Amino acid sequence: MKKDELRTPVSQRPHVIESTHVEKGIGENVSVFINDKKITVPFGTSILDACRENQIHVPTLCHHPDLCIAGTCRICVVEVEGMRTLQTSCSFPITAPIKIHTSTPMVRKARRHIVDLLLSEHYGECYTCVRNNNCELQSLAKEYGVDEYMFGHVTESRYKVDKSSYSVVRDMDKCILCKRCVRTCIDLQEVGVLEAIDRGYETHISTFMEKPLADVICINCGQCINRCPTGALKANDPSDEIWEAIDDPTKHVVMQTAPSPRAAIGEMFGQEPGKSFTGEMNTALRRIGFDKVFDTNFTADLTIMEEGTELIKRLYSALVKKDKSVALPQFTSCSPGWVKYLEHFYPDYIPNLSSAKSPQQMFGALIKTFYAQEEGIDPKDIVCVALMPCAAKKFECNRPEMNSSGFKDVDYGLTTREMGKMIMEAGILLPEMPQSHFDNPFGDASGAGLIFGATGGVMEAALRTVLELVTGEKVENFFDRANITPVRGFEGIKYAEVPVTKVGPVPEILKNLIPNWDWLKDATLKVAVVHGTANAKKVMEDIKAGGKFSECHFIEFMACPGGCLGGGGQPIPTTEEIRKKRAQAIYSEDESLPVRKSHENEHVVSLYDKFLTDGPCGEISHKLLHTHYIKRGKFIV
Amino acid sequence: MEVMTEKKIERKGPVLFSPYKRGEGIKAALKLKRNDILFEVKEAGLKGRGGAGFPTSAKWMLTAAAKSDKKYIVCNADEGEPGTFKDRVLLLEYPELVFEGMVIAGYTVGSDQGIVYLRGEYEYMLSSLEDYLKEMKKDNLLGDKILGTDFNFNINIHLGSGAYVCGEETALIESLEGHRGEPRNRPPYPVNTGFMGCPTVVNNVETLSSVPHIITKSGEWFKKHGTDKSTGSKLFSVSGDCNKPGVYELPWGTTIKELLKLVEAKDTKAVQVGGASGVCVPVNQFDRKLGFEDLATGGSIMIFNKKRDMLKVLKNFMEFFVEESCGQCTPCRIGNVKLLEGTEMIEKGTHTFKYINTLKELGKTMQVASKCGLGQSSPNSFISILDNFKEEIFSSGRNGGDKK
Repeated sequence: MKKDELRTPVSQRPHVIESTHVEKGIGENVSVFINDKKITVPFGTSILDACRENQIHVPTLCHHPDLCIAGTCRICVVEVEGMRTLQTSCSFPITAPIKIHTSTPMVRKARRHIVDLLLSEHYGECYTCVRNNNCELQSLAKEYGVDEYMFGHVTESRYKVDKSSYSVVRDMDKCILCKRCVRTCIDLQEVGVLEAIDRGYETHISTFMEKPLADVICINCGQCINRCPTGALKANDPSDEIWEAIDDPTKHVVMQTAPSPRAAIGEMFGQEPGKSFTGEMNTALRRIGFDKVFDTNFTADLTIMEEGTELIKRLYSALVKKDKSVALPQFTSCSPGWVKYLEHFYPDYIPNLSSAKSPQQMFGALIKTFYAQEEGIDPKDIVCVALMPCAAKKFECNRPEMNSSGFKDVDYGLTTREMGKMIMEAGILLPEMPQSHFDNPFGDASGAGLIFGATGGVMEAALRTVLELVTGEKVENFFDRANITPVRGFEGIKYAEVPVTKVGPVPEILKNLIPNWDWLKDATLKVAVVHGTANAKKVMEDIKAGGKFSECHFIEFMACPGGCLGGGGQPIPTTEEIRKKRAQAIYSEDESLPVRKSHENEHVVSLYDKFLTDGPCGEISHKLLHTHYIKRGKFIV
Repeated sequence: MEVMTEKKIERKGPVLFSPYKRGEGIKAALKLKRNDILFEVKEAGLKGRGGAGFPTSAKWMLTAAAKSDKKYIVCNADEGEPGTFKDRVLLLEYPELVFEGMVIAGYTVGSDQGIVYLRGEYEYMLSSLEDYLKEMKKDNLLGDKILGTDFNFNINIHLGSGAYVCGEETALIESLEGHRGEPRNRPPYPVNTGFMGCPTVVNNVETLSSVPHIITKSGEWFKKHGTDKSTGSKLFSVSGDCNKPGVYELPWGTTIKELLKLVEAKDTKAVQVGGASGVCVPVNQFDRKLGFEDLATGGSIMIFNKKRDMLKVLKNFMEFFVEESCGQCTPCRIGNVKLLEGTEMIEKGTHTFKYINTLKELGKTMQVASKCGLGQSSPNSFISILDNFKEEIFSSGRNGGDKK
């Protein structure tokens, strides 16, 4: 076993089932009896999976489909005939024809005891909890008919709430030690901020040297929030300040909304995952009192122009001018979780990060400059709120360098969950809203901006534009309906080679940067798409070792599994199945849009005409739309 | 090394402490086929001496059958059960038995690496043990090509850090790997997926010490001692209210009464068999036998005479478990706290019998739903002490809330 694989304790890793002492082997079927019903399952299936596939309900707490097995909460215990103790169904692989009972008196009593034990230590009230009605412990209490605290109830707080982070708030009084956050951080994301410390009753989840979250290597991705079964982890909620701004008549409150929340916000209102509520959401936001509702996809298009141009510049310098100092491959910089991950873990690769700001921050900079000028509003009176699927965006908008408009470019980052709550608070039933469009001048975006929400989306958007600008031909000639499928899908790391079969004339907008495309003739563009920082680590290690990814030209990195649509600010639960449905919603909306390439967005073109007059990567855009990064390293003083 | 515990061996029995010449076990074993050794150990009926009593031959067979380039033999010397001190004596006085047992185990299952997980508090014996390993190497009883054969075997000693739970074999392995000492899910068992994911035998010091005797003197001979289901002899660590505390080698099947006579205990009220996680036996059960068929134990015998307050004894045990639970699984982490709270309620007289019964039910849940042996056995003393010493504990002043 490689050292790398040893990072997660075996107890928390998927099982390797040796078949030496059993006659059956992997790939074969085993017949078992569950509650006296005969069921045939593949060798090695867990009892839990076998039960679920056969509509037998077994409660779980520490189990999460995205994570490896823990077997610590013990709520999923079942009786296996012939075994002295109860067995956790999540961790027990079926390798022999056993007889299982999921609802015996012993099992029911054990489960009830476990719920009651957890409740006895669970400080805080449901009324005041962000997870009220969406809490797994609360549901279990209901399921097991808890009508009194069998073992008492803790009356005093034991831990201080850690509000130090802009993104994640930790309230360990509500923690039930399922360690999903620990497994998320170390296993799913390979960041490793959280771990259990102390022993026995004193056990609690903490950080390096028990430092506040803001002072450790947390990348703010918020994936831990999405997997917490209770309210122990939540996002830092700015909605009170936003209400205040909305209610203040002197403030002009504008909303920019990212593509992923609209594909998921319906889930907050009991809708099935996989349906977009763009139009309904726009109406709801206006009724809440936002003065303007804009589409962040507009600046996603702008990001493609800036980042794409930057890539062309880098390639030209490296390939034609033979400039050795140019850092390649170029990394995307849209995901603030990824950016902070790189700053902490691979600070030497900061030059590879695109200097282009994320769409959210480009938007903020434009709102308080271009938009303020056009509309004649004093930028100090503008409050810019960003609806994001992301916890890290809260941190990003608070980065000290994000004030190129002269003000804080984006005032608040708001998660999908918090937006859903505000809509409910305003008494609005989202699914019943009439549809309406975004406001202009930032209302019309292309499908390319929209698919930023899914992993591979930035790459696809960039390729649509770069291919057309270089070849002078429609991208549809190379890829059916402009769907660049090699960069789509949920594989952790995707690699694609895109040959440049011909070159066309240099378009007007790039003429001052390069004389011709001849140097790209017959070249092959090597790109990669990576999501989840655990996968990012693999790719970065490969680049460090000079492997195949070091020869890429452009790599898209997203901190969260599935890209933004699986972000830490999205509705809970988020699982692979749900992420896939959200992706479908995004891709089908893209296909329905009239404009699907960033450079064809006429508002983007006119912005370069009117405001960013020296073109992509020009001086004005450099001041407003580009940024710099900080070498953070792993050790924080 | 001159040891202070020397005088603590109060009785040397005919099995473990029978005459043995250094190296003869390895010599004899290397002449045998692996299957013959497995057969001999099986014939002896040797069962794990740590308390659980899993057949040693089965453990070795499974490890021998597992396919892997690397296998490990781990000696569990994390002797942490309250009232147990027999492994300390074995390690100090008879290291040849322990280490040779490991070498034989390695030869049998096809492992070339042994690890002794030594209790952190036994750090003082580390240097003498390491010296002993060096000597064994010098005599070619350890290292490459042992006694001229193709068999290589090395032993490292790893110090624990003081957690009781690390005596549990999977927590021990986690600790060896450098992780937090927390038990793993089983299955998979260490015989398939143990240290570093490789097949691993984890045996108690005393179990391994029995092996060289079995090899040199035969399983048949070993089986003659003890009872049908509990073969051989057992080391008992006797402490508490008696004139002659210390380590005793006695055949399995000895009754408590016999043992008490031997150690010169008077006015005995209760005997805690198996340490804090064991059961508390009252006078009327002193005819019970020590052995896997009746009172299975890792060897800790604590004797309490009439002056002792059993509630205080119980409270002491519960405090121990609250402190030593690894904190991973719910029943053990919180359950032990609730049992301790219940004990304190009785102490103050604020309990109700209804609640005490609820706690006993909780104890039964902990016995079946906890992840490892710690939580599964920690309610034993709570349940057995409250059941067996009802009159004493709920005597005047501790009548409980519902009688007032």
